[in-house]
Order: sequence, then C-alpha cells, then structure tokens
Amino acid sequence: MTLWMIILAGGIITFATRLSFILLLEKISMPALLQRALRFVPVAVFSALIFPMVFPQEDKLAFTPLNPRLISACLAALVAWRTRNILLTILVGMVALFVFQALI
Amino acid sequence: MITRRSEFWKGVKAELPLLLGVVPFGMIFGVLAVNAGIPPLAGQAMSSIIFAGSAQFVAYQMIALGAPGLVIILTIGVVNLRHALYSASIAPYLTKLSPLWKCLLAYLLTDEAYAVTILHYLQTDEKPDADPTWNASSTHSLRHWFFLGCGLTLWASWQASTALGIFLGAAVPAGWSLDFTLALTFIAIVVPVLKDRSSLLAGIAAGVVALLTRSLPFNLGLVTAALVGILAGVCLEGRR
Repeated sequence: MTLWMIILAGGIITFATRLSFILLLEKISMPALLQRALRFVPVAVFSALIFPMVFPQEDKLAFTPLNPRLISACLAALVAWRTRNILLTILVGMVALFVFQALI
Repeated sequence: MITRRSEFWKGVKAELPLLLGVVPFGMIFGVLAVNAGIPPLAGQAMSSIIFAGSAQFVAYQMIALGAPGLVIILTIGVVNLRHALYSASIAPYLTKLSPLWKCLLAYLLTDEAYAVTILHYLQTDEKPDADPTWNASSTHSLRHWFFLGCGLTLWASWQASTALGIFLGAAVPAGWSLDFTLALTFIAIVVPVLKDRSSLLAGIAAGVVALLTRSLPFNLGLVTAALVGILAGVCLEGRR
C-alpha cells in the first residue's frame, strides 16, 4: 500500500467519524438520556487528554506535590477559573512551568 | 447587529488564543515527518487530508516503523473515535444546515474548533434546533458562521505551521516543554465548563481512568476514560 493511499484512507475515515452524527441526526431523533449525556462530552474528553500530560509516565516526581507540571497546571486552572482568559491561562502556566522546572 | 460576517469574525477571534498551543505542535509534526523520511508534500497532505493532530503523530510513527498500511488506517480511525463524541455533541445545533455545510463543518471538527464552538454555544444559551423554546426564525440563526470562523482559523494555522516545520526542519529543544501548551489550552477550555458537581465528577473520573488505561494500545484508554466520565456525570446528575 502506498503512502498516498494510507493518507487518503486515513483522511476519509477521520472525516466519516466527524460527519457521523452531524449527518445522522436528521434521520433519527436523539433519546433524552443521550442528550443529557452529551453535556458531559467536553469535560470528559478534555480531562482524559489533560491528566496524562500533567502526570508524565516516566517522571519519578509525577505523583508528588513537587511535580512541576502538576503545580503549573493547578496554577493555570486557578487563572482559568478567575479570568476565563485562554491566553492568560497558557502564559501563566508556561511561565510557572519554566520557573518550577528550574527550581526543582 | 448580528451578521454572517460578525459571527464569522467572532469565531476567528475566539479561536486565536488557542493557536499558542496549536502552532508549536504543527511545527513539531512537520519536523518529525520530514526526519522520518516522509516526502514534504506527503507530510503536508497528512495535515490537510487527515487534519487530526494526534492521529497524524501516531501515523507518522507507524509509517516510519514500516507498519502495514491497513493497520495504520485502522489506528487512525480508533485514535479519532473521540470525534464521534464531538459529532454527537455538536449535531443538535446543526440539523437545519444543508448537506454541504454539514460536510464542511465536519471536516473542520477538530479538538480545538469543537472546544471553542461548543463552549460558545453553551455560554450564550444557544439551544438545539429541536428545542421547542429555541426560536431560530427570529434572527435566522447564523451560529454556524461562528463554527466556520473557528474551524478555518485552526485549519489555516495547522497548515502553515506544518509547512513551517517541514521547511525549517530544525527541531525544537525538548527542554522547552512545548507539549505542555496543549495541556494548558485544554485546561483553559475545561475549567469554565465545571459549573456543577456532576461535571466536576465527570472530569475527575475521566482523568483518573485515562491515567489507569494509558498503556492500552491505539489510544483506546482515551475513549474508555471519556465514556466512564460521561457515565459518572449522568449518574450523579440522575440521583438528584
């Protein structure tokens, strides 16, 4: 199989996944339970993405309060909670990470 | 006044801060793809045809290792399973659109475009098209233009940063921990959504399960964790 066929098929499968419910929803109506469940999609998926990045697998400090990523992430979460400003959250988090990585 | 143009530019502006987290990743992908021996044009095509960061990173590794094509394609499919959840989550807001619009927005439905759009819809009290209390006819709903603004902004910066990575070719020092910008981007997105105990529990459950299942192949732990988190949220909410 050529590289180009892989790229094309990978693109089609990705597009089909993203289109699935957007296209189907016209034809089927969504059960109430499913509708309630969908409210939790953003928080569940993004938390599942965040945690492994904050607790690095090979890092000995990962599960201690000294983990620089954990401290920085908590600080960033605090900024996000108070300001709801994405740019500020990223900046504070990155500066905190540089500082704590230098200290610890 | 709300116009197509104003909604579009609102979307563009809302997406801009996230580029701080996205652009380094596009560049890193470009660098890695070229270093793995993938031709520049094919590397760029991965960003424009597949257009899914995490799947591209997995795919380039498998291509470099010489994995069978079918296995690579299936892996891309599984890594992107979470996009089916995004699709279901955003679909109720898009039912009135033409098939062409649906296809265009589906192509643009990345993590970051979805995050900004759904956050906007939730915070501005947009209702699904089917909701009887939602009166779309009053100001013929233009909310898909916001989505388009987010999606195109992310698309353009992903293409440009991939190209930059391919042509500059210089590796970003690992000590800069640029991967952490993506975690911070997601934190900035999630925290404002944590409005009640059930969504807090959903987030914690999903995060803990993601840690426990991260050794599962093909990113399957991610989908498992997301489903457990959603279930936890629904259960707690239902008990009240």
